[in-house]
Amino acid sequence: MSSKQTGKKRQSREKTIRFVFFGVALASITTLFLIALFLFAEGIPIFKSVSVTDFVFGKYWYPTDDPAEFGILPLILASIAVTVVSSAISIPLGVLTAFYLAEGASARVREWVKPIVELLAALPSVVIGFFGMVIVAPVLQDLLNIPTGLNLFNASLMLAFMSIPTICSLSEDAIFSVPGELKEASLALGATHWETIARVIFPASISGICTAVILGMSRAMGETMVVLMVAGGAAMIPTSLFDPVRPMPASIAAEMAEAPFQSEHYYALFATAIILFLFTLAFNVIAEQISHRYRQVGAATL
Amino acid sequence: MKIKGIAVVAFFVAALFAANMAWAGNIVIKGSTTVLPIAQKVSEAYMKQNPDVKISISGGGSGNGMKALIDGSTDIADSSRFIKGKEVSLAVKKGVYPVPFAVAYDCIVPVVHPSNSMVNITMAQLKDIYMGKVKNWKEIGGPDRPVVVISRDTSSGTYEVWAKKVMQKERVYPGALLQASNGAVSQAVAKNKNAIGYIGVGYMSKDVKPLMVNRVVGSAATTLNGTYPISRPLFMFTPGWPKGDVLNFINFVMNPEKGQKYVAEAGYVPLY
Repeated sequence: MSSKQTGKKRQSREKTIRFVFFGVALASITTLFLIALFLFAEGIPIFKSVSVTDFVFGKYWYPTDDPAEFGILPLILASIAVTVVSSAISIPLGVLTAFYLAEGASARVREWVKPIVELLAALPSVVIGFFGMVIVAPVLQDLLNIPTGLNLFNASLMLAFMSIPTICSLSEDAIFSVPGELKEASLALGATHWETIARVIFPASISGICTAVILGMSRAMGETMVVLMVAGGAAMIPTSLFDPVRPMPASIAAEMAEAPFQSEHYYALFATAIILFLFTLAFNVIAEQISHRYRQVGAATL
Repeated sequence: MKIKGIAVVAFFVAALFAANMAWAGNIVIKGSTTVLPIAQKVSEAYMKQNPDVKISISGGGSGNGMKALIDGSTDIADSSRFIKGKEVSLAVKKGVYPVPFAVAYDCIVPVVHPSNSMVNITMAQLKDIYMGKVKNWKEIGGPDRPVVVISRDTSSGTYEVWAKKVMQKERVYPGALLQASNGAVSQAVAKNKNAIGYIGVGYMSKDVKPLMVNRVVGSAATTLNGTYPISRPLFMFTPGWPKGDVLNFINFVMNPEKGQKYVAEAGYVPLY
């Protein structure tokens, strides 16, 4: 009798726990869903007055003029440009640091360096932005003799600082989790350490590294404070590495406070946010796909 | 046990309500960051004289102030521009009738790096610079350096005044660097010897050099006598004609002996 009751009690407790966890999972998903819904609800109305092609491919962003022009091509290109240039800096640095930490460094060095690299991620973006604005910009300007230090290159450099920890830390995890047998087998066959890294460990960890890179890139694309402070903010299509640019997050952050509530400008900023959301969503979907397709299951699938 | 708990909760709820009643003299001010320093200084003085009135102030921009005014979440909306037609119709639709009070003047001054030899600039030259026509300072009698144009975000009140007074229906060219605040413009100009920007006279510092416009120095005197060309009134809007504490506060702000003293302290130009 009593044992039966405990059994029931345990079962109902199981149920309750499962229910609670389901609720928690549901809460975060619902929040995300509602945010997306709100984003679309506030962004779509702009397309009543501007066509989608004019919005996405329009070259001029003059949201407060009369008549206003809402062309976000310069903003999109700026976002893509800073992401590409910052990736060109952060991917080699991040991935190579990861290889060093996982394969080259002694345990003691690794113990010290990895937390320091991860600490970089803890630097508030406003601090990095301030650093870029006050210290890097004047140096760049004097060193390269360019009109202004607040430009595409400076912003990319600062963004690279921000994505290196993500890329390095996640890649290092991926490399470190390559099964030891693979490495040992390769070494036993007479391959050098370098050959083992290049032909065995790198292919085995490629999916993890790709995921790391893409997450780092999506962080660079969505980052707001740094580009707001350092990119210069000129809404023109960049023609050189040292042109000032205005990526999408900077534009949204700078203008939202002053845009009259539910005006065209307000809708246009939300529509810009939709485009930005689609970009980062695409990045995440691609990362997910890659990590699924090339997922290494055990040591045998290589 | 349970009843006791409920009683305690009920007591706290009642206490909260009572506290709310006691703070009936609350004034909420929201809006333009340009007017914010004025609102802060005046409110501090007002609260010192009227300890039973609590004033809470937040910035967020003229647009946000108007939003708050329209949806009834503020008693006073600070604005660095006059209310827009669309905002008026939105307000009237909700039964709110915004009333403007000009509380101070702002005077916007073009600034350059201290090493720049320019002293005076004309309105036409300013317009050409901001249209991207002037590429080098020597074209308008300055040193042989490229011109870096720094402007404010297109939605800021300061930009609107600049666009109206200086640009006169022409556009600031897309290559201009846009900064989000007076402080950021000042910072960017101070760090770049090629730069020109514009800031409110209240933000003037030793790190940047003000230029005369059409041979008139931007100052309180020239703003009030109308000779300085780039100036604007600053407003506080109330929903309907103010009453009670809000009326007292607005009267305090407008009083030349009281509120207007703090306008000058905040770096703006008082009405009188």
